[in-house]
Amino acid sequence: MNFNKIYALGLRHLYLIMNSFPRVLDLIYWPTVQIFLWGFISKFFTLNSEYYNNTVGVILTAAILYDFLFRASISFNMMFLEEIWSRNFTNLFIAPIKIREIIAALTLTAILRTLIGLVPAVLISVPLFGVSILKLGLPLIFLLLSLYLFGITLGLLVTSGLLRYGPSFENIAWASLFFLAPLGCIYYPIEILPFALQIIAKGLPLVHIFEEMRNILMTETVNYLNIFKSIIISLIYFCLGVVVFYLSYFGAKKRGTLINMGE
Amino acid sequence: MFIEIQELSKFYNTSLAVNKISFEVNKNKTLGLLGPNGCGKTTTIGMILGLVSPSEGKILIENKNINEFKRDEILRRFNFASPYVELPKKLTVKQNLEIYGRLYGVENLSFRINEISNDLDIKNFFNKKTGELSSGQKNRVSLAKSLINKPEILLLDEPTASLDPDIGDFIRSYIQDYKSKNKVTILLASHNMGEVERLCDSIIMMKKGKIIDNGTCEELIKKHGRNNLEETFLKLARSKDEF
Repeated sequence: MNFNKIYALGLRHLYLIMNSFPRVLDLIYWPTVQIFLWGFISKFFTLNSEYYNNTVGVILTAAILYDFLFRASISFNMMFLEEIWSRNFTNLFIAPIKIREIIAALTLTAILRTLIGLVPAVLISVPLFGVSILKLGLPLIFLLLSLYLFGITLGLLVTSGLLRYGPSFENIAWASLFFLAPLGCIYYPIEILPFALQIIAKGLPLVHIFEEMRNILMTETVNYLNIFKSIIISLIYFCLGVVVFYLSYFGAKKRGTLINMGE
Repeated sequence: MFIEIQELSKFYNTSLAVNKISFEVNKNKTLGLLGPNGCGKTTTIGMILGLVSPSEGKILIENKNINEFKRDEILRRFNFASPYVELPKKLTVKQNLEIYGRLYGVENLSFRINEISNDLDIKNFFNKKTGELSSGQKNRVSLAKSLINKPEILLLDEPTASLDPDIGDFIRSYIQDYKSKNKVTILLASHNMGEVERLCDSIIMMKKGKIIDNGTCEELIKKHGRNNLEETFLKLARSKDEF
């Protein structure tokens, strides 16, 4: 790994953000809207639900964590799509940068985009709704790590699709997370799902992450085994994502789709 | 031999884009790739750049199969410019050159950017976003990017396409001048016969994925009894025979 090259590719996306105020605004806007929406829903449930009545902010914390996952994945996809939209794809793939360095650069830069969007939203949730995700304590770091790995994995799978099918795969990029959300048990316990879907859901890290988040906030105890399980599952998916990305890259070379890939 | 292409073919499913082509390029020489649209020039360039994997055949650089080099090791020695491939539009010219300079591991990057910018006269729009430039300005920036690492092998795909005669001449003069001062082997795909005559030491003529003739411009003009390369191109492109 050459960190100068990873830095160079990261710098390309940093410049892109810095050169455009509307782009920064766009990054902040959607997470903030989410916080407002789920903040009010959370407040309503806290006052009217038996399940949530003693726990302020469970739904809002879930919304923040889910948005973190969503932003990580979308950031990864967006950075890849930027290369296609700007017709820079060929220049990137003929530069002396290894494929693993491209993946590393996108993975590391995605966190910057994610945090630009999410930090202001997290900060406003404290004075507006009295909810702070820091209440999760130290486990928050591990929950975020697991979510980030899974978000990047989804990004890798979508970009693999872009390499395989070209820009027409773009719509899948936007839909990918909504497809998994029902199985993620973000806002409800896993028991709500039919038994067959529970089995599938347990194969995803999301269930373990959100179950544990609820556990910490509602019982004030931490089950590190659950967190560890979610990280391991995320890591397995991440490795699979990398393999799929490489396969798509070699497939694209075979089909010649790396030449002149653009809008 | 510096670059050697041996029996190179590319199939896309059942269609044959490049059909067992073989050619050689000596060090510091310029080879023109000529042929009608869809004859396989871009696919050939794509295979040399590692963007397309060949179905058959070999690409040798200094007698070593290109696949035996590490990806970053070999690509550091190459660069490429084409009006059909752009740089990130929302970044300024300076930012783009900085990023590509870093990706190519250019030493003393600020000096190199300054040098190439002066040579190609792009300093006056250095802080402008690349997407806001005219075609002529974009082409010069693209050429600057392709020379940022002082490549040993430069691939140019129609470098003066859609440029006015003045800018086109500027680019051609610059390439000519650059060649005389630097050690660079160039593969030039072009539809501009004047450009090919001016810049290329030898040419290969492709049609339907095959090489149908090759030689120096003078040799081909004489061989086919025509007055210039344009007429020779038309004869070869419209003929059914191989030569």
